[in-house]
Amino acid sequence: MKPKVAVFALTSCEGCSLQILNLEDHLLDLLGQVELVNFREAMDEKREDYDIAFIDGCATTPHDVEELKKIRAQAKVLIAMGACAVQGGLYAMRNFHDHAKTVETVYGKDMAAHFSHSLPVRPLSHYVKVDHNLYGCPMDKFEFVEVVRSLLLGKAPNIPDYPLCNECRAAENICVFDRGMTCFGPITRAGCGAICPANGKGCEACRGLVSKPFIDSHKKIMKQHGLSVEDLLAQFREYNGYWEETHEKSGN
Amino acid sequence: MKNLEIKVENVTRLEGHGSIRVKVKDGQVVESAFDIIESPRFFEVMLQGRKYSDSAPMTSRICGICAVSHTTVSLEATEDAFGIVPTEQTMLLRKLIFHGEMIQSHVLHVYFLVAPDLLGVGSVIPLASTHLDVVRMALRLKKLGNDICAVVGGRHVHPISMAVNGFTKVPAKAELSALRERMVAARADLAATVELLKTLPLPDFTRETEYLSLKGDKEYPFIEGDLVSSDGYTFKRQDYLDHIKETVVPTCTAKHVKAKRPSYMVGALARFNNNHELLHPAAKAVAKALGLTAPCHNPFFISVAQLVETVHCNEDGIAIIDQLLARDIKMEPNTVVTKAGRGVGVVEAPRGILFHDYTYDADGYMQKANCIIPTGQNIANIDHDMNGLIPVLLNADKGEEEISKTLQILVRAYDPCISCAVHAIEVEFVK
Repeated sequence: MKPKVAVFALTSCEGCSLQILNLEDHLLDLLGQVELVNFREAMDEKREDYDIAFIDGCATTPHDVEELKKIRAQAKVLIAMGACAVQGGLYAMRNFHDHAKTVETVYGKDMAAHFSHSLPVRPLSHYVKVDHNLYGCPMDKFEFVEVVRSLLLGKAPNIPDYPLCNECRAAENICVFDRGMTCFGPITRAGCGAICPANGKGCEACRGLVSKPFIDSHKKIMKQHGLSVEDLLAQFREYNGYWEETHEKSGN
Repeated sequence: MKNLEIKVENVTRLEGHGSIRVKVKDGQVVESAFDIIESPRFFEVMLQGRKYSDSAPMTSRICGICAVSHTTVSLEATEDAFGIVPTEQTMLLRKLIFHGEMIQSHVLHVYFLVAPDLLGVGSVIPLASTHLDVVRMALRLKKLGNDICAVVGGRHVHPISMAVNGFTKVPAKAELSALRERMVAARADLAATVELLKTLPLPDFTRETEYLSLKGDKEYPFIEGDLVSSDGYTFKRQDYLDHIKETVVPTCTAKHVKAKRPSYMVGALARFNNNHELLHPAAKAVAKALGLTAPCHNPFFISVAQLVETVHCNEDGIAIIDQLLARDIKMEPNTVVTKAGRGVGVVEAPRGILFHDYTYDADGYMQKANCIIPTGQNIANIDHDMNGLIPVLLNADKGEEEISKTLQILVRAYDPCISCAVHAIEVEFVK
């Protein structure tokens, strides 16, 4: 029997869900291997008997949290898709602003009460057990295929846990630091093919840190190139604000 | 007389979460609303204090589907604030990637979100067994749009190389030539799509409203020009706040927007109504073949206008590639000198006019940001369309199920991008 798959979106830009539809050359093959039973962005059917759940986005409201827990209770395998789901992502930047003031700024003083239900931005793993992570903003669509294939074969997906520099060097890119820009390549999880350095930009750590990042040596590289840690932190917050919050507290 | 109450939560085949709420009492519509229930993300606040170079990559994350639009408008706003005028090469590349996004987004909407309604199925998936050739064609066209974005911007979703005052990488001529070949080949797929759309019945409903879009001068406008209303007035992009006003509605996390009338429409049909003379001849021919003539007041024809624009973007994209191939494509210095001040960007995202309005300090750090999203502008118009459509359906003795279904098709016709608007869709009938 084909495994039943559902795709959900919590608070997100739905870019990762779109990455699935962007698998144009593989989509029909994939649909031959699994039974898609719930994917609001693409279909009317909404069945609740899924085995595998992919979740795009992070939990930012009590409603999101409730839905997430409901999905976890049903799914045998739960997969976080993209930076928002995996590590809180870009939206976690708002955790660094006073929330009441934030709501007032966007919706105005009189209406603020109607929109004050938002929670601090948290990754899925803050609330439930996550079985696999699909890193990146957006997630890499071929890594998505790798995860689906692994699940079908019953093996662990092959997701890199080494720094991006390895991939970037193999791609023969000129080092971003040597081009005078900031880069998180030395501490960021590889797997995207160093797509930003290949397109003339530094890595922004959207795939989060490797599990054992050499942060001190990264700071040293920054210093050697005349870049300040403050510059680095501001940039790092773009996708890793939640990490910053949780590591500030634990003193790491 | 009839009483009716409809509530559809989480309308499917939309980008985001939204609901429809309808209440009919004694045959009178007392309530009809399309509510967006997506969680708010407070981009305007997150941008505060960030460096100018973060504005475009951050606002790109408002929406995965129209990331190129958000990126382009963000760059425009920043360049306007700093007094930067991008080079001709930059403008050509931006127009090309914009066409790529327009093709990708319109094809996704017409084939994946709308066509299932017209063919009476719940998604594109059953079509893979009944209409495999059509599905393959749709995937080919969508991939072409995506690949244009990838060649110019470095990636399908969330472009990488688009920067303030230029690009951090420019495409190779060979890549552009390869795209050109596929765009020429796509003419056959687009012609087949026109034939397909001819056979699909669109609901017959008209309601005249105000149509707002960019105003073309020599070109059908997507990223340049002032604004124009079908009510006969124009205004400069920097003066937009004198003409449209955002309001907050307690049931909806997307802000509503009004101009002079209670509602207006933006998007493919508004652009067509205001600028149809500037379309490529091939696109004009498609409009004629599908019975779309300006001014068109049937919101269900938005999909037709999208197909017309898809043909235009493919043809104009070929012309842009020819211009680029005829010159040297080179890395240009994208120098930026910051200065304190306000800048406004306006583009036609696939779903309509998109405004970004930034104020920077002298060092280029964001002090204030505001983004006005096409779907936010269309919500009031959707509400008014529902209000006009329900009595028509009631008079034709349509039942609750069919009314609910038709309202969902109406909402879907607008291609609401809810992620964008919040910075969502449910139908609720109340008896």
